[in-house]
Amino acid sequence: MTTTATTPPRPRAAIAERTLRTDRWWLAPLLTFLGLAGFLVYATVRIFVNDNYWVEEFHYLAPFYSPCLSESCAPGSSHFLGQPFPQLPSWMSPAMLVLALPGGFRATCYYYRKSYYRSFWLSPPACAVPDGHKKYTGETRFPLLIQNVHRYFFYAAVLVGLVLTYDAVISFHGKEGGFGIGLGSLILVVNAVLIWGYTLGCHSCRNIVGGRLTHFSKHPIRYWMWTQVGKLNKRHQLFAWLSMFSVVIADAYVWMVASGAINDLRIFN
Amino acid sequence: MTTRHFRVWRGDDQGGALTDYDVEVNEGEVVLDIVHRLQATQAPDLAVRWNCKAGKCGSCSAEINGKPGLLCMTRMNTFGPDETVTVTPVRTFPVMRDLVTDVSFNYEKAREIPAFAPPADLKPGEYRMQQVDVERSQEFRKCIECFLCQNTCHVIRDHEENKAAFAGPRFFIRAAELDMHPLDARDDRKEFAQEEQGLGFCNITKCCTEVCPEHIKITDNAIIPMKERVVDRKYDPLTWLGRKIFRRDQLESQK
Ligand code: SF4
Ligand code: SF4
Ligand code: FES
Ligand code: FES
Repeated sequence: MTTTATTPPRPRAAIAERTLRTDRWWLAPLLTFLGLAGFLVYATVRIFVNDNYWVEEFHYLAPFYSPCLSESCAPGSSHFLGQPFPQLPSWMSPAMLVLALPGGFRATCYYYRKSYYRSFWLSPPACAVPDGHKKYTGETRFPLLIQNVHRYFFYAAVLVGLVLTYDAVISFHGKEGGFGIGLGSLILVVNAVLIWGYTLGCHSCRNIVGGRLTHFSKHPIRYWMWTQVGKLNKRHQLFAWLSMFSVVIADAYVWMVASGAINDLRIFN
Repeated sequence: MTTRHFRVWRGDDQGGALTDYDVEVNEGEVVLDIVHRLQATQAPDLAVRWNCKAGKCGSCSAEINGKPGLLCMTRMNTFGPDETVTVTPVRTFPVMRDLVTDVSFNYEKAREIPAFAPPADLKPGEYRMQQVDVERSQEFRKCIECFLCQNTCHVIRDHEENKAAFAGPRFFIRAAELDMHPLDARDDRKEFAQEEQGLGFCNITKCCTEVCPEHIKITDNAIIPMKERVVDRKYDPLTWLGRKIFRRDQLESQK
């Protein structure tokens, strides 16, 4: 039932200017570009560092290296998931094994898609500002059709969230063993909370918990869950940025403590 | 009272240009008031479409300083005291004259959507629905059909050739409204949105949501849920597994 063009398109208003917007429409895509590019640079550097991701004294594990799944991992840094992977070649770090999951989750996230389509791909850079491309097929065909796998990454992201929660719990480890609290433990807790805020506000999550139903009245519990997820979903963009910052801050903090550049600020033991 | 500088696009399908006017502006006025004053004083033949002057009829869509909006809802005090105000017709549809465009594209797309289909055994007057079940669809009923979302969507604004394959955000909210409707019995609305309406063209960049004067969350509440519903049917590993293990009719009865 697709409309077939019966007549050639009639002319639009002949307006010479490509856009008549007078506000600073380029500011938001520029800031987004800088933010995302900064994150990519940090992530790339970090996965090649392959050191200083585990603080044995306080049980701090840097989020970029969690879970640490190979026999090349620093002693003590692998936890309940063990070391299913053998010794890695010297150019490979254990971070590379797990990065595909959170990375793929964010790369296919509806919010991040909006942000990089606008800021990297200029498609469009801002509303009523022309698209930077001659042809456009959107997400109708390969490769962008693959964005539909976001659902799979969401399932994986729930596991990642659990692992980061575990990391936050074990970080309450004192110098002399037993319980302890340091600034690092608090940072890892805040990071885990923000990651959950981001993960549970996912549009796929919203659909799965209840959005796909037609009769909420027949499923009161799922309706309630859908409502709660909706509250996070409204702030999904905010959580996307906050959790991206928090993961970098947490990772860099553990990196600095592990390398001895700074001392962990101990609050208790 | 002050005098302000305006530029208004004048012309038709043969061509046109921005025309300069200096015009009186009073406190509390909106851009449509100024256009009317131009008609009453300097440009009696200036064409503009309007009806309610209350943001409810959706007739007066245009672009003001490059931003798609309703002429009757754009207040003059949102501009700086010396700012030139440029008014142009919406870009995406063929121009008729001055600020008036031919928006029939939208009516053609509307006609292609299969109508609301209540269960066959229900007679009019027997429809019973619970508020929680119709709430989502009701958000989309706020639409005033100003077609600003259609005009701003880059899929057709910047790519005329996509018009045949793409229905546009206004009709994605219609698709979602019906797919989420507790009494709509059709089962193929997701496939229709994907295959006939061109849902996949949308790259969720949210310009439709940004310009909607009714503040309908077009992308978050209609387009993305519809994309997710398509994924439910076509790509989800757990639903696929569920279908293999349980019978499909049992799954569908969960609705
Ligand atoms: S979100 Fe989709 S439908 Fe809305 S303007 Fe952007 S591309 Fe068009
Ligand atoms: S959805 Fe909003 S922008 Fe689009 S036609 Fe309706 S009221 Fe206008
Ligand atoms: S994580 Fe952003 S939409 Fe799923
Ligand atoms: S005149 Fe009715 S919406 Fe502007």
